[in-house]
Amino acid sequence: MDAFMAARMQMAVSLGFHIIFACIGMVMPWFMFVAEWKWLRTNNPVYLDLAKAWAKGVAIFFAVGAVSGTVLSFELGMLWPTFMEHAGPIFGMPFSWEGTAFFLEAIALGLFLYGWKRLNKWVHLYTGMVVGIAGVLSGIFVVSANAWMNAPSGFDWVNGQAENIDPVKAMFNKAWFSQAHHMTIAAFSATGFAVAGVHAMLYLKNKLEIHAKAITIALAFASVAAVLQPLSGDLAAKNVAKLQPAKLAAFESHFETQEKAPLIIGGIPDVEKREVKYAIKLPGFLSFLAHGDFNAEVKGLEEFPEEEWPPVPITHYSFQLMVGIGMFLMLIAFIFWAASFKWKHWQEKKWWLKILILATPLGFIAIEAGWIVTEVGRQPWIIYGIMKTKDSLTPMPGIQYTFYTISAVYLLLSFIVTWLLSRQIKVLQSKYLSK
Amino acid sequence: MTEINFSILVISLLLYVLLGGADFGGGILELLTKGKASGIVSRAIAPVWEANHVWLILVVVILFVGFPPVYSTILTALHIPVLLVLLGIILRGSAFTFRHYDIDEATPKAIYSTIFQYSSLFTTFFLGVTLGGVILGNISLDYQDGFYKVYVHPWLNWFSMSMGLFLVLLFAFLAGIFTVSELKEEKYIRYFSRIAKRLIIALVIVGAMVFIAAEISGHPLFYEFYHSPVSLGSIVLATIALPLLWINLNKNKRNMLRIIGGFQTTMIVTGWFAIQFPVLVKVSSGDDITLQNSSAPEQVQFYLLIALVVGVLIILPSMAYLYKTFKFDKQSSSESI
Ligand code: HDD
Ligand code: HEM
Ligand code: HEM
Repeated sequence: MDAFMAARMQMAVSLGFHIIFACIGMVMPWFMFVAEWKWLRTNNPVYLDLAKAWAKGVAIFFAVGAVSGTVLSFELGMLWPTFMEHAGPIFGMPFSWEGTAFFLEAIALGLFLYGWKRLNKWVHLYTGMVVGIAGVLSGIFVVSANAWMNAPSGFDWVNGQAENIDPVKAMFNKAWFSQAHHMTIAAFSATGFAVAGVHAMLYLKNKLEIHAKAITIALAFASVAAVLQPLSGDLAAKNVAKLQPAKLAAFESHFETQEKAPLIIGGIPDVEKREVKYAIKLPGFLSFLAHGDFNAEVKGLEEFPEEEWPPVPITHYSFQLMVGIGMFLMLIAFIFWAASFKWKHWQEKKWWLKILILATPLGFIAIEAGWIVTEVGRQPWIIYGIMKTKDSLTPMPGIQYTFYTISAVYLLLSFIVTWLLSRQIKVLQSKYLSK
Repeated sequence: MTEINFSILVISLLLYVLLGGADFGGGILELLTKGKASGIVSRAIAPVWEANHVWLILVVVILFVGFPPVYSTILTALHIPVLLVLLGIILRGSAFTFRHYDIDEATPKAIYSTIFQYSSLFTTFFLGVTLGGVILGNISLDYQDGFYKVYVHPWLNWFSMSMGLFLVLLFAFLAGIFTVSELKEEKYIRYFSRIAKRLIIALVIVGAMVFIAAEISGHPLFYEFYHSPVSLGSIVLATIALPLLWINLNKNKRNMLRIIGGFQTTMIVTGWFAIQFPVLVKVSSGDDITLQNSSAPEQVQFYLLIALVVGVLIILPSMAYLYKTFKFDKQSSSESI
């Protein structure tokens, strides 16, 4: 592996690690908020137990999210100093707002986790809500910074220098909205299904009220998100078709420019022969998805010089994976609604609980895949159309070793967090059963 | 505007040293006292732990938005010590939380404690080494110069090492002061007062060593201090604060201790900035990176300032509320969930 590849992989590992904790930090406070609110309204102690049990997990996740985020803010400069030197002042505005959101989140979380006995009940509930709002805001801010890398704006690029910088324009770039809503929805969907899945597993073992309630709260959020996700993804795809046609072509492995372009499902792209083997092709659907018209022309990769093609197979597979999972999760959401309003007995059925268990990791897998689509699909650019990723690499040799080290540390940390959580769940479970 | 943003940067750095420092120091103190302090510092600090560390992020963000060459130069030339600091941050942050939240069982707790303590020491040391590298001026901007010259020489020298040691003692000292002012039992108070006093003595000795190491490493720190009235004043004030601390340690006046300890550290940081300013990163070729030549355009500084001011208006009251809820309170150590 050369230093360039190592740096890209290190970035991918660090971000891929952080995003999981970030999503949980964005969404879990909302679940806890609802549980606590239900407790205040109904006086049913099960809700209080649930809020407290969740809070313990969140504290662990939040801390790991905070350290991995701190590492990221240095890594950007340690791996891509040239990029940061030019981009920092331009896309820095969302980061500086994010700082405020982090602070607020950290403060409110301190109050929420340690203030059960010290704060008035309603004030306590309110701090939970502040954690949730600040978390979602910080997510939106970072994504807006990332969107700028896809749709750079708010500056003039003159002789390799940025001039006339307008941070506001940079922040509200053309990709920020489509990425921000898709990401926020994704966080709710992924976290919701993960939480529901874990509680479904426990419910299958012991039919405790607490797990049934947990599943309902988590799925109430996740089901709405899962239905919105494909719609929001469609908007995202239309935006990509406009702003980054090469990326769109890469995730559809669409080599030739065509009218009535087909939507390709599955298949194995062969970049050299410029074809996709074994795929299902729905004629006209890609034109419709990208431009809202079955006859529209969709640009293929042939329009771009080959050295500006993103890695096609990775982008293609990731996109297919994300969309496939998206459709599956939407289906589960419909079943959930059916089970809530009409066929209530489904909720106790083994097959239903097993579906939920199956869905536990899917949302997060889709999130990782989605980011690979976005980030690998932007290659070879770090700032789309302006700066190449390889030109912004740190001059420091030996990045391979930092990549191995960071990956090993994160791998170890993942094991410990998983182990810790499962222990936590076991102990809580046994406490609950002996009550 | 640039100056205001820079002042906010310095204040954030100072707050990180004071608040985050007491936290890093907590781990070092646990190590020094072979676990006697275990829990006391960390319990007191747990509710404000996350918030204390956001100061570092603020410093980093202001740097790359407002002074990008400072950010990219430090992270290139001092890549290695910064990486070590980051590994330390990951280890200690996770170990701290795991220890706090894991189910009560002795064995894993002991492991978390050990990791927390050693990584606190390790992280602080390399934070000091990194600072030393920024001040010293061995940084080379000619990246063709050879691996050792560009990536090792700037921080592998007596001055940076002594800065590492100095920061370790400073943070341990801050944690000591913090601990004494949190304690209630007479016997612990006496024990920790004694530790704090020893740390003060060590701090004075290592402080002197820093000056000597600077001379050895070719940085005329004596001369510069002597010629900057502000620095000289700060050092004098910091030194005067020492006997005051000593007396208050004997009397165990809690709030006085915190105030003087904070004041002393502030003076050390001020003294350093006064000689350094307006140079931000010293470079071996002499083309130092200064406030003027690294500042982002006015427009950028303007929006940065707005974000910072709005941030301060939101954060300060919430921060005050957080501290009021958990710190200046009769029943000290907090009950968590
Ligand atoms: C639960 C996770 C999840 C699910 C089920 C989906 N997505 Fe997604 N997708 C993401 C999670 C995600 C993401 C991780 O949040 C991304 C990465 C960057 C971003 O802004 O959102 C993303 C990016 C992303 C992009 C690229 C945006 C860009 O490069 O700027 C497109 C075109 C889509 N998605 C489209 C879809 C479609 C048509 C889906 C149909 C079901 C879908 N996504 C389901
Ligand atoms: C947390 C969710 C994210 C994930 C999982 C993610 C994933 C990735 C991946 C897989 C790469 C490697 C692409 C390649 O080189 O082929 C990458 C690169 C990169 N990402 Fe992201 N990304 C995320 C969000 C962000 C955000 C919010 C930013 C900045 C604001 C960002 C900045 C970068 C940079 C600077 C690179 C390196 C340059 C490049 O490869 O283009 N990423 N990321
Ligand atoms: C799409 C990608 C990202 C999202 C959605 C995201 C979101 C979040 C959220 C919600 C948190 C709160 C902590 C938690 O709940 O665990 C967080 C923490 C953090 N993130 Fe990210 N982040 C992303 C990428 C990044 C990048 C690229 C950076 C660095 C430049 C970064 C820096 C940080 C930092 C420093 C923290 C710790 C803040 C604290 O102590 O509260 N994040 N992130």
